[in-house]
Amino acid sequence: MKRVYVNEEWCLGCHLCEYNCAFANSGLNDMVKALKGKPIFPRVHIEEDDGITYAVSCRHCKDPLCVKSCIAGAISVVDGTVKIDRNKCVGCLTCVLVCPYGAVAPGPSGAAQKCELCLENSCGAPACVTGCPNNAIVYEER
Amino acid sequence: MRDHFIYPEFEVVRNENRCIQCRVCERQCANEVHRFDPDLGIMLSDETKCVNCQRCVSLCPTRALKIVKSDCRLRENANWSDETIKEIYKQANSGGVLLSSMGNPKPLPVYWDRILINASQVTNPPIDPLREPMETKVFLGKKPEKIRRDAQGNLITETAPQLELSMPVMFSAMSYGSISYNAHASLARAATELGICYNTGEGGLHEDFYVYGPNTVVQVASGRFGVHKNYLEAAAAVEIKMGQGAKPGIGGHLPGAKIVGDVSRTRMIPEGSDAISPAPHHDIYSIEDLRQLVFSLKEATEYKKPVIVKVAAVHNIAAIASGIARSGADIIAIDGFRGGTGAAPTRIRDNVGIPIELALAAVDQRLRDEGIRNNVSLVVGGSVRSAADVVKAIALGADAVYVATAALLALGCHLCRTCQSGKCNWGIATQDPELVKRLNPDIGSQRLVNLMNAWRHEIKELMGGMGINSVESLRGNRLMLRGVGLTAKELEILGISHAGE
Amino acid sequence: MAEYVIVGNGTAAAGCIEGIRSTDPKGNITVISAEEHHVYSRPLISYLLEGKTDLERMKYRPDDFYERNNVKLIFGKAEKIDTKNQKVALAGGKKIVYDKVCLCTGSSPFVPPFEGLDTVKKKFPFMTLDDALALEKALTPKSRVLIVGAGLIGLKCAEGIAERVGSITVCDLADRVLSSILDAECAAYMQRELEAHGVSFLLGDTAVRFDKNKAYMKSGAEVGFDVLVLAVGVRAETGLAKDAGCTVNRGIVIDTKMQTDVKDIYAAGDCAEGYDSSIGANRVLAILPNAYIQGHCAGVNMAGGSADQKDAIPMNSIGFFGLHCATAGSYPADGEVCEERTEGGIKRLYFKGGRLAGYMLIGDVARAGIYTSLVREQTVIDEEYIDKVKKFPSLAIFSSDIRRKKLGGVV
Repeated sequence: MKRVYVNEEWCLGCHLCEYNCAFANSGLNDMVKALKGKPIFPRVHIEEDDGITYAVSCRHCKDPLCVKSCIAGAISVVDGTVKIDRNKCVGCLTCVLVCPYGAVAPGPSGAAQKCELCLENSCGAPACVTGCPNNAIVYEER
Repeated sequence: MRDHFIYPEFEVVRNENRCIQCRVCERQCANEVHRFDPDLGIMLSDETKCVNCQRCVSLCPTRALKIVKSDCRLRENANWSDETIKEIYKQANSGGVLLSSMGNPKPLPVYWDRILINASQVTNPPIDPLREPMETKVFLGKKPEKIRRDAQGNLITETAPQLELSMPVMFSAMSYGSISYNAHASLARAATELGICYNTGEGGLHEDFYVYGPNTVVQVASGRFGVHKNYLEAAAAVEIKMGQGAKPGIGGHLPGAKIVGDVSRTRMIPEGSDAISPAPHHDIYSIEDLRQLVFSLKEATEYKKPVIVKVAAVHNIAAIASGIARSGADIIAIDGFRGGTGAAPTRIRDNVGIPIELALAAVDQRLRDEGIRNNVSLVVGGSVRSAADVVKAIALGADAVYVATAALLALGCHLCRTCQSGKCNWGIATQDPELVKRLNPDIGSQRLVNLMNAWRHEIKELMGGMGINSVESLRGNRLMLRGVGLTAKELEILGISHAGE
Repeated sequence: MAEYVIVGNGTAAAGCIEGIRSTDPKGNITVISAEEHHVYSRPLISYLLEGKTDLERMKYRPDDFYERNNVKLIFGKAEKIDTKNQKVALAGGKKIVYDKVCLCTGSSPFVPPFEGLDTVKKKFPFMTLDDALALEKALTPKSRVLIVGAGLIGLKCAEGIAERVGSITVCDLADRVLSSILDAECAAYMQRELEAHGVSFLLGDTAVRFDKNKAYMKSGAEVGFDVLVLAVGVRAETGLAKDAGCTVNRGIVIDTKMQTDVKDIYAAGDCAEGYDSSIGANRVLAILPNAYIQGHCAGVNMAGGSADQKDAIPMNSIGFFGLHCATAGSYPADGEVCEERTEGGIKRLYFKGGRLAGYMLIGDVARAGIYTSLVREQTVIDEEYIDKVKKFPSLAIFSSDIRRKKLGGVV
């Protein structure tokens, strides 16, 4: 299965992935309209430490703790992709409590959200990957 | 001290309606032009620091940025241009030699653009490169004068060592130090994939790149940095650098600040020491001296590798080339006055040397006249910008061309011409690890391969149009060229007729 | 073909079904459910009253769950396990043969023998969907509600009904709210948030006697109420297991494969007492993630596969009125405590023996799972990374090599 992988060596810490992600999942067709003057809720985030930067997003674990832990049964694995049913989620954040990667976070409505590989939006491929200027985030089979 | 006389050259134009304050521009500008002001809630710019490298423009996700030339001008004066006056201010402020990077930007004639290529019509058929074979492979090196046979009458096929290239283009010398590790990695990997060569420049060969040896030309320059037995043996060819188009007659100076870590190891000089390449080779004052070095290098490499002698295109280039052709060198590389550099005194770069087109035509003619053209192959560089320039160079008599600026552009260079600052935002002309990593060689090498493949297609198209199916048949075929808007003297030197003739 | 019987129809049962099916796609599975509902998310009953979910959305698994997994669902009450003949006897006389049986009976509310409780008309436990629906019917915008118990259940109930009643008072014998997961300071912080939303507290105090609409407190106070919610505590449902000869402490004792000490009987979820790695002993960990994981693990083993769970730890994510709180692990008194207070919350990390033993986060719970994983995996933290761990949870607390594996490989 194709997943998003991070090449720390090439991450520039530019944070473009976060903005591309927030835009891709905004449902709007213009980035300015989608993001200007608003807090953003990207599903990928850049961590920075001592000059090292890297992007973190859902690993789509083979044995995902979030799925097992969700108190609402809102997280499931569909064809290898871990998905959150935002309609079912009540925002208890147990998934945040258990995700060892810190890859789940509450979205604007309080419901949990995380990377779903841009399969549900109109991007075709993960927006963080296509927008990364240095191939620091890739979408491939490993 | 800041020079209060000089107004910033560029303006950062930010469309506030589009800016989403993502701060990518701020994070990506090594010159610290952009910053976010939390009180105002907007991005601010310090234009005095902007070099117009376009990194921020390229990465701005909402296309909210553009960098424009400031229209704040001094009073118009046809004699004293703004640039001339500002240079005087700078020197009055610093007392120093002006430094510049990349090639001569002055509006001097570009002869490539005054030369037009022929095509077949009616009486001789063009060739469709998509349907018929088309050879772009070339061999560089000394060619036999005539067919030779042994006592039994069998053909003797042994030749002097040759450099085989899949197309008549090589990446010219750029040292590790002047460009980054990742830029070198990109060039080396692309050259290997393409079946051409790249050139180490005078900075030695990083140990990681020995694997690309069969596609590497190693340079021996006046500083002799990083030259040792393994270095010479690793290469496909050895190049003696006598001069460089951007700064003929002077040496080089890589400041000690850039001689760190791997750069110091690769150059085999202590960290922090200035890497000074003398203007002359201190052991070469004549063609005979040059011949000694040529044969020393051949001896060291067991006569298995061609030796290239690289010189800048200067006034009496034809006579110089004639001497080199008799020195035992296999290939002469000539670098025109538009060739790039990581740093050169501005006055030298902009005023010394001659156009490569004229130098090439003169050298090719001279060597033919003297009957020694087959002694050597000719490689020319110094602003070969496109496949058309390549075809014109071949038709004027070159065996192959050297490209560097075009290769750097493929890697992301935006020709801001401030390589000398060491703060290349594109990760090319820098040794700052934070900046170096901006050039991912996976991307860089692929872009170089793409560029060269595109050129190869175009070369085939242009040749096919002329009814020519190999680079070998095009070489020196000046009948395929016509000049436009050139004087009789220029046409005479170029050895071509005027359009319409 | 194997006959699997699951007693109970909650999270552990769902895990057990999925565990069995991951290993044996064919065997017969029978689920005996005392509640006449499709499997639903029990912790969501407070959200139901709050209006954040509804009966349809709170189904733990989709409508076709039993069908897709080829499960026979029987509504009824299991009364006895006949270990000799390997049969589960149901009330009404029906008997179901099993090869392996898993007890997912959960827990039930524990109600102390309050004097006069029988005089109270509107009194409700808060455990099941039916409890919640019954409570909802009794509520009016003017209701004065008294909740006995300031634990997770009582407080979630308070939050769930806060907007639809006149007043809420919560009393607890403990001197602080959420005493099972928070220390005094963190508890006080959460209490303030609840109070800001109109919930009043009587702590260190409890009702000793009820008389219709009045509670007489130990302190002498009297609290009038219209509706009484009893959320004092829960007890594991262990009756069946005890009868069948299984060892039972606070819960049904199981090993790390979820097996009881009686052949072919497994147990999972709130009724079971499994291994808690944070204390190195067995303990009832009545939390939903644990119920699923135990159920799944039991299912795999029942179906002949091999699974075990050795890294269970107590952990909780709970929030009230938007203020979140995440806790995990243990809080050893002889360890090092690292505390940080910010405008919006508290962070307390408990270190012992070079490891993160437990933590409490109030307010900012972002990436808390990274801390949880340190606790769960008992990661020894190198001296050079300890400051980063203290700073905030991030993958920077790992060496570059480990991080590259985490982010650059299939995990």
